[in-house]
Amino acid sequence: MIRLEGVHKAFGDTHAALAGVDLEIGRGEVFGIIGRSGAGKSTLVRLLNGLERPSSGRVLIDGTDVATLSADGLRALRSRVGMIFQNFGLLWSRTVFDNVALPLRIGGASRAEIAAKVPALLERVGLSEHGAKYPAQLSGGQKQRVGIARALATNPEILLCDEATSALDPETTRNILDLLADLNRELGLTIVLITHEMEVVRQVCDRVVVLHAGRAVETGDVADVFLHPRASETQALIAEADEHVDPIGFDGPVVRLTLHGKAVLDPVLTRIARDTGTDFIILDGRIGRLKNTSFGRLTLGLVGGDTERAIAALRLEGEVE
Amino acid sequence: MSGFFSNVDWSEILQACLDTLAMLGGSLLLTVLLGLPLGVLLFLTGKGQPWENRWGNGALALLVNLVRSMPFIILLIVMIPLTIVLVGTSLGVAGAIPPLVVGAAPFFARLVETALREVDRNTVEAVQAMGATTRDLVFRALLPEALPGILAATTVTAITLISFTAMAGAVGAGGLGDLAIRFGYQRFQTDVMLVTVVLLLALVQLLQVAGDRLVRHFTRK
Ligand SMILES: Nc1ncnc2c1ncn2[C@@H]1O[C@H](COP(=O)(O)OP(=O)(O)O)[C@@H](O)[C@H]1O
Ligand SMILES: [Mg+2]
Repeated sequence: MIRLEGVHKAFGDTHAALAGVDLEIGRGEVFGIIGRSGAGKSTLVRLLNGLERPSSGRVLIDGTDVATLSADGLRALRSRVGMIFQNFGLLWSRTVFDNVALPLRIGGASRAEIAAKVPALLERVGLSEHGAKYPAQLSGGQKQRVGIARALATNPEILLCDEATSALDPETTRNILDLLADLNRELGLTIVLITHEMEVVRQVCDRVVVLHAGRAVETGDVADVFLHPRASETQALIAEADEHVDPIGFDGPVVRLTLHGKAVLDPVLTRIARDTGTDFIILDGRIGRLKNTSFGRLTLGLVGGDTERAIAALRLEGEVE
Repeated sequence: MSGFFSNVDWSEILQACLDTLAMLGGSLLLTVLLGLPLGVLLFLTGKGQPWENRWGNGALALLVNLVRSMPFIILLIVMIPLTIVLVGTSLGVAGAIPPLVVGAAPFFARLVETALREVDRNTVEAVQAMGATTRDLVFRALLPEALPGILAATTVTAITLISFTAMAGAVGAGGLGDLAIRFGYQRFQTDVMLVTVVLLLALVQLLQVAGDRLVRHFTRK
């Protein structure tokens, strides 16, 4: 439903913010765009609703080139593409109700429509009690919920999220991401989610592109990219999130085991230990969740028994490095 | 001794007060009506804004600066022929209003532009992203968000206008400033001078307090 073909974007005559990006985002997907500050992420999403125009290349939404749209066509597109922001972008002088009503008023909705629709939207994001408040009276998570309700007001098919959780604490971030995942499931909403945090991608995205200096250095399913990163930029991002530290003092054979899906819940290590007589020491490890599956990543020290056979047995359960 | 206020003709003071208030009220209203759209236009034609236009913006800015760099007393004199065309006289309250407005509107427009620039950039972008026309953007987002700033700008402008009216008094506009110059300065009637100064001070003070209250009332951030 969204397609970028050889998109370049330069501001003035400095280096390019985007240097030839090809991308395809399917309907109903939660698609992550991850990269460091300055990588071109915001520029990329702003192309999707015509807030920026590409210097060259094409941006297609349902087959229509955004650059060819008239002013009216662009406004129509924007009512199909909602957007939320890191700093919320709310009208601070207006109540929560009026903020959510704004896109409806701009779209020419009647008073009756607004009176019916806004409370339903507030209910959906859990802010029914807060319609009469001003945004400054709300917490960060609540402000973002106002942003989400406002973005949903025109029944968009696509929701763009530009660092929407970057100003929030970890727990609030999880709540907002859960809400986005629910909306994706219930409404079939296509979500394009920008972030510099691997955790955010891991929690909700189906697919991800890693952006570095205006180029897409790696694209794929989150599980693949997360568990088997190929580009060094991706590996660096993941390493930061894991704070991986090798313990000192063990000098036997060491393997890194990656488990995925059902294998995570199998008593793999104890079974192999019984069969081969090799004991395992866990030097580092993490069990976690990718959007819809589990993963485990363990660094194991091997002690005694038939270590060759133990490693061969581990290979049958997951990937061993 | 018939007291310190022997020279003060209270009915003349009252008349002068009314003249000053009329000049202030009339010129402030017109200044806002003229300066607000000018300020919005200055903002919209600026860099990165919806009607970005380097030459148009440059020309407007030049015009604004031209008037702002001219001492008001000079503007009063230069404006006389135009004032006569506009209101039929260059004297009295009516004759003072055109130069007051021309002197204050560019100043007010600049303050409005500054207030608009201070509107949260994210908010403007969010409203554009929901498919707003520039008209929607101005009336539904920029002006409401900048209202406290615009009210503060109005207060500052009103106070500037009071000092302008006093100067206009020197060239026949009437009002408290006229009184202070004719009696207090030219005839050494210190008591008249004192009364007019106290009244002007009270007026400025009143405007400042009322303006600050309004700004606070509309500030929601
Ligand atoms: N409006 C702009 N004018 C000039 N340069 C810009 C503009 N927007 C972004 N850039 C530049 O483009 C690059 C990418 O920016 P951005 O897309 O905001 O990155 P990210 O969102 O990944 O942090 C940066 O080098 C930034 O300075
Ligand atoms: Mg950004």
